[in-house]
Amino acid sequence: MKADATLDCIGLYCPMPIAHTAKKLKDLEVGQVLEILADDEGIKEDMPAWCRTTGNELLGIEEESGQYKVYVKKSHN
Amino acid sequence: MAEKERLTLILFSGDLDKALAAFNLAIGAASSGMEVSMFFTFWGLNIIKRNEGNIRSKGIMRRMLNLMNRGGSKRAHLSKFHMMGLGTWMMKRLMKDINFPQLDELMAMAKEMGVKFIACTTSMGIMGIGKEAFIPGVDSFAGVATYLAEAREGKINLFI
Repeated sequence: MKADATLDCIGLYCPMPIAHTAKKLKDLEVGQVLEILADDEGIKEDMPAWCRTTGNELLGIEEESGQYKVYVKKSHN
Repeated sequence: MAEKERLTLILFSGDLDKALAAFNLAIGAASSGMEVSMFFTFWGLNIIKRNEGNIRSKGIMRRMLNLMNRGGSKRAHLSKFHMMGLGTWMMKRLMKDINFPQLDELMAMAKEMGVKFIACTTSMGIMGIGKEAFIPGVDSFAGVATYLAEAREGKINLFI
């Protein structure tokens, strides 16, 4: 999937990936896509939940050998 | 989005593990666009006491209390397996091992995200400690009416 920016959260545990995602998304424009790299399994549940609460769009989660690529589209300012 | 949802959190405990849980929740909520207020009362005040210098208080009993109960985020112990410092030291090592921030780093992060710190003045009165005992990050010094006013507006209210 194509992304406008990438955020490396490898090695970080909850709540750091969502804290960094929230911060990083502020630098993006509405409609742009952020790719988050993570290896804490909790991200699979946490990022969808975070997107639901904040009203951003989860485009997908790709899993490969214990690592996750999560795609979030910024939906509002 | 409409008006921001609010999380209020009372930290009654001065234990390291409970404080870590409280700040994790606060940071998670702030990251999710919530307004967060943390009320520190009784032993929880220890977490927001400054780490440096002496804590002054008047009277022999209060001086003794503050000697034995110095507080400060760097002095907080685990609620179990403290083992005269060994267990707490090990837990901090394990956290470092997985790049998890230490308590004071979590507190700085929460502050940066706009989490409000409120210290309970009744506990301060009982224990004989003044405003100068605390870190500069404390936003206000207040009591139960302030907490209730915020908690009434709160979507989630927790006591730890």
